[in-house]
Amino acid sequence: MAILLSAFFPWLHIPDGFLSLIMAVVFWLVTAAFVIVAARRLQADTSGLGEQQVPLMGIMAAFVFAAQMLNFPVAGGTSGHFLGGALTAIMLGPWAGILVMTAVIAIQALLFQDGGLLALGANLFNMGILTAFIGYGLYRSFAGKDRRVRLMAAGVAAWLSVMAAAFLTSVQLWLSGTAVLGVVLPAMLGVHALIGIGEALITVAALGFIAQIRPDLLGEAAVKERGGRGWVIGGAVLVALLLVLAPLASADPDGLERVAEDLGFIERGLEAPYQIIPDYTLPFLGETALSTILAGAIGAVVVGVVAVVVVRVLRPRWQS
Amino acid sequence: MHASVFDRYLLGHSLIHRLDPRVKVVVTLLFIVSNVVLPDGAWPGFALALVWVLMVTRAAGLPWDFALRRSFVALPFALVAVTTLFSLPGDPLVAFRLGPWSLGISEAGLLRFVSIVIRTLLSVMMAVLLAATTSFPDMLHAFRHLRLPSLLVAVIGFMYRYLFVLTDEVIRLLRARSARSGQLPGYKAGGTVFWRARVTGYMAGQLFVRSFARSERVYQAMLARGYRGHMYTLNPHAMRRQDWLLAALAVAALTLIQAAGRLSLV
Repeated sequence: MAILLSAFFPWLHIPDGFLSLIMAVVFWLVTAAFVIVAARRLQADTSGLGEQQVPLMGIMAAFVFAAQMLNFPVAGGTSGHFLGGALTAIMLGPWAGILVMTAVIAIQALLFQDGGLLALGANLFNMGILTAFIGYGLYRSFAGKDRRVRLMAAGVAAWLSVMAAAFLTSVQLWLSGTAVLGVVLPAMLGVHALIGIGEALITVAALGFIAQIRPDLLGEAAVKERGGRGWVIGGAVLVALLLVLAPLASADPDGLERVAEDLGFIERGLEAPYQIIPDYTLPFLGETALSTILAGAIGAVVVGVVAVVVVRVLRPRWQS
Repeated sequence: MHASVFDRYLLGHSLIHRLDPRVKVVVTLLFIVSNVVLPDGAWPGFALALVWVLMVTRAAGLPWDFALRRSFVALPFALVAVTTLFSLPGDPLVAFRLGPWSLGISEAGLLRFVSIVIRTLLSVMMAVLLAATTSFPDMLHAFRHLRLPSLLVAVIGFMYRYLFVLTDEVIRLLRARSARSGQLPGYKAGGTVFWRARVTGYMAGQLFVRSFARSERVYQAMLARGYRGHMYTLNPHAMRRQDWLLAALAVAALTLIQAAGRLSLV
């Protein structure tokens, strides 16, 4: 069933009515905090672009929107698309990246009803803030290295950012009681693993192109921020925190028990896709809230570790 | 094709068009919250909410089915909620086999699924009405009044201004690519997937460089015309008596919707 459904939701904008009120409010507050901090930091940044940043960020936001119309045929009628969060954060820095993606996603919701207004906070976090963190953080971690290594890092960062957005979207839908995790998570992650490859390829090609034509643009944003690794760690901590807090904010008081039942129901009919952490519970803890939270956290950590290991393993091949 | 087809605003002089944009934004948000908060199966509440949307549609001088037609764009996402049909516990109303799987639709699942779809449709319809009756600059001004950070509102304003310009540019890029691609319909696309992705990436990079250069020119032009970091407006948007009255009417309607929805389930 996951394979059937995966044909239908390649895009991550959640409409209204799919998130519970508490989930929407929590993410609105978190997103608002980040956006306000981003605005403050940019306004106080006198060493950077200063006044020029408003037309720059506005036009960059229009660029991201327009670039999302670029596509290329993948196979049999489907086409690859571009989200742009990672590329924007890499080119403009994380805070400007957050503001730019906020503008893009807000206009998509307001003008085109692509994504709800109440759900806008969550959409902004998934597609704007999370992608900026991961995209910028991972790329900056390899700042001093060989150009090919940095491009590789950018590609992995772009892929990971799309996967993280898909992961968080699925979790939000699950915790709001609008989807069954056992179906929506593999479907979302599966589809976005492919979309993420398209994102990675386009991001890497675009960065390579810009490095050849206007290398000064790459230098501008890159040197302003320090400490790339801190961003990756920050992103990981943030996701972990949200995984801990979100189940407590679940609208349904016994939502977790009910969902655990759902998964059990489904498994009677379907073959369980994962056996490592069955029923999203740890065997020795049984079906409790703590168990689910830890299972989710373990999942997030595993993804992060795999990403770092992959980049580290591939790195020696590129260094000459 | 010019990208101005994107603009969802429909010029009009109705009561709703002339309403203060702050009121419209706040009422839309409250309406969406009201929908989300209505419990599953609160049919009288949903029905009253639909009546409210239709009344606003007519008051704006738009055809009855205007909002419904434009809100169908949200329906594909409803497939995400399809899983709730099969997953909520209860006696299956309908059961069927799909190969090795056996699935049953329970009454609770059906209730939940239909409620989710109705909530989504209602919320999107209201958002459609907001976009159709409020010009975007007015909406941004409303956000400033509602205390959004001025930097963010300025960036969104610039994005809106250049949205159409850059979209036209992307359409030109895509047309140039297809003019050089020689791909016949029904035949495989040329090159490998990686090559095609690389070409698309170069287009994105090209668009980025052009956009960056354009923003530098725009900034210089603004400086030459006296830009000092603030945007000014001639329309102060003061709340009039009829704005307050309509806002109060909306709040009363939402209270009625909530009451109807909850009392029906008691």
